[in-house]
Amino acid sequence: MSLNFLARLPRPARSQRTLLPSVKRWGSSISQRPGSDRVRFPGAVNSKFTTEMSFINPAETSSIPTYRVMNSDGVMLEKDRKSLNVSNEEILTWYKNMLTVSVMDVIMFEAQRQGRLSFYMVSAGEEGISVGSAAALTPDDVVFAQYRETGVFQQRGFTLKDFMSQLFANRNDNGRGRNMPVHYGSNYPRTHTISSPLATQIPQASGAAYALKLQALQNPDTPPRIVACYFGEGAASEGDFHAGLNIAATRSCPVVFICRNNGYAISTPTLEQYRGDGIASRGVGYGIDTIRVDGNDIFAVYEAMREARRIALTDGGRPVLIEAMSYRVSHHSTSDDSFAYRARVEVEDWKRRDNPIIRLRKWLENEGLWNEDMEQETRDQLRKAVLKEFGDAEREKKPPIRAAFEDVYDELTEEAQEQMKELKRILETYPEEYDLRQYEDGIKGL
Amino acid sequence: MDLQTEFGSERVFNTPLTEQGIVGFAIGAAAQGMKPVAEIQFADYIFPAFDQIVNEAAKFRYREGGTGVNVGGMVVRMPCGAVGHGALYHTQSPEALFAHVPGVQVVMPRSPSQAKGLLLSAIFQSNNPVIFMEPKILYRAAVEHVPNEFYTIPLNKAEVVKPGSDVTVVSYGQPMYLCSEAIRAIEKDMGASVELIDLRTIYPWDRQTVLDSVKKTGRAIVVHESMINYGVGAEVAATIQDGAFLRLEAPVKRVAGWSTHTGLTFEKLILPDVARIYDAIKQTLEY
Repeated sequence: MSLNFLARLPRPARSQRTLLPSVKRWGSSISQRPGSDRVRFPGAVNSKFTTEMSFINPAETSSIPTYRVMNSDGVMLEKDRKSLNVSNEEILTWYKNMLTVSVMDVIMFEAQRQGRLSFYMVSAGEEGISVGSAAALTPDDVVFAQYRETGVFQQRGFTLKDFMSQLFANRNDNGRGRNMPVHYGSNYPRTHTISSPLATQIPQASGAAYALKLQALQNPDTPPRIVACYFGEGAASEGDFHAGLNIAATRSCPVVFICRNNGYAISTPTLEQYRGDGIASRGVGYGIDTIRVDGNDIFAVYEAMREARRIALTDGGRPVLIEAMSYRVSHHSTSDDSFAYRARVEVEDWKRRDNPIIRLRKWLENEGLWNEDMEQETRDQLRKAVLKEFGDAEREKKPPIRAAFEDVYDELTEEAQEQMKELKRILETYPEEYDLRQYEDGIKGL
Repeated sequence: MDLQTEFGSERVFNTPLTEQGIVGFAIGAAAQGMKPVAEIQFADYIFPAFDQIVNEAAKFRYREGGTGVNVGGMVVRMPCGAVGHGALYHTQSPEALFAHVPGVQVVMPRSPSQAKGLLLSAIFQSNNPVIFMEPKILYRAAVEHVPNEFYTIPLNKAEVVKPGSDVTVVSYGQPMYLCSEAIRAIEKDMGASVELIDLRTIYPWDRQTVLDSVKKTGRAIVVHESMINYGVGAEVAATIQDGAFLRLEAPVKRVAGWSTHTGLTFEKLILPDVARIYDAIKQTLEY
């Protein structure tokens, strides 16, 4: 009756991270040459010595420039630049996809206000970022999004029926009625189901990209694939942003991070979010190729994304950061009244000043590809189509009750089966307390 | 054994020092069909990754629903438990925190052969994210024959390590050895017959094996190293009173760490030891 066997134990098995000394000598540990003008500390191998004591002051460095292709009148800034390499038909599709999101947003926001929908988040002002970037992806690329990227889903083939089924959590919803509205998801093209916790998708995107890289090594016949990961500038303050970008850099992952910097995280303006030069300046700190683009310029977003995708696939994989600048024209969500923290005039000013949809429309009109009649007709068609799917989805049954218990694990546990039985007994004992008509197969669905 | 030399630096590699990053990275890889086996250096440092485990890994299959995408391929290994001088941050066993989270499997082996069989199950047979907790005091202390070939031990299944008829002792991980020692002593001193059960998987756990045993013996004791408050023992005891009420001849006793932190010099007084387990069995038998 003693703890003798504890006393026999050696000191803690692994008290620190060490490599076996014989394993290898890292390039960073090359010996310092006598008289060298550079430091050979392993943590910074190419740093020159200096006798001048000078702190780097971020305020004295100029901001990273914002890449744009056309001005707010839809006119190309460089007349003789090489063409986008995109057909006019495709550009018209982008335009219609932005319009679709915009039309759906207005209707669904209103539907929430009428209590027909529990929650909604619009993308107003950011349609160009999501549609333009998604247009540069292949269907085999994998997307992790935050929640204000409806245009990504639209561009990747999500139908109005898919959107409405999710928003109304009906039996056709991919998420089986489990998630809040706008938490869309699709298997192929793989656009992972949105989850509410901010920034959690960022290190996941790095891991997913690493998986694509290993799969490409194992099977060189697979088409080249990257991961695209979206988040707002507020989410970039989370620890997961730091973790995700750092690990993507050290493991050389083929992932493109797209930050939508729209000026606000709910009520928090960027001045209270960070004091550096936006999010782009951080990418450089992680050793990541970085660009800032005008998010209201769909051509700039598309071009930057196309190039980022190419860079991400070079040398077996490299992360890239795109910071797309825009303005969140709308309220944060249906649960938010943004005029409580920003002036109405500021929003009105932005609505007038610049908008990705109007800018592309001007370009299309300049090219003779669009006019007021086409605009009206398309808007009417979209509105009708949205309302039809809205009505159908609203009338559709909810998934069967067993969906509440399924998919926690790959199989129902014994405990879950017992709890389902107990719920069934309760529902049968107190039928007047529960309205089960909305669920597919009613109580039999349990 | 050097896994990196054998399998290459693409498959066995260092990450930056970020627990939330490590688990998030593993989730992402698993979501594309890989089988990442992530390591957290000490269970005490899993908390930065708590959000990724609770809100992400555990809920991934459920929220993806009809897309069928899941992170069932992932395993997170972590050394846990006391080593005699680990103090506050090299001692913890947070299994109860994860047992409150539907969607993950929580496993703790007690021996080398069990560790191998359960870990292989977690990696190759479980299609759910697994939290695999390894009592680090046993890393070099426990020696036994371990078959070289591939074999698995089923998850979610308890093991009756020693049959008995008078009282059931339920435990897992390192305290299994303390229980064995206490049982040997009490059987010699009191002539009692004690049944010892190793839960092996802490959640979802094998309720039937425990209930069958207690229905037979009429008495039960739960032993674990982590704190008694809201610990695994609370769930086991509540399940026993619910499922074997009419067979119980004594209250279900819980022998576990006191509800304090593991102060360096007080470890022996805080964690359950053979004396406390012996005493609990004695009191239960004499009730």
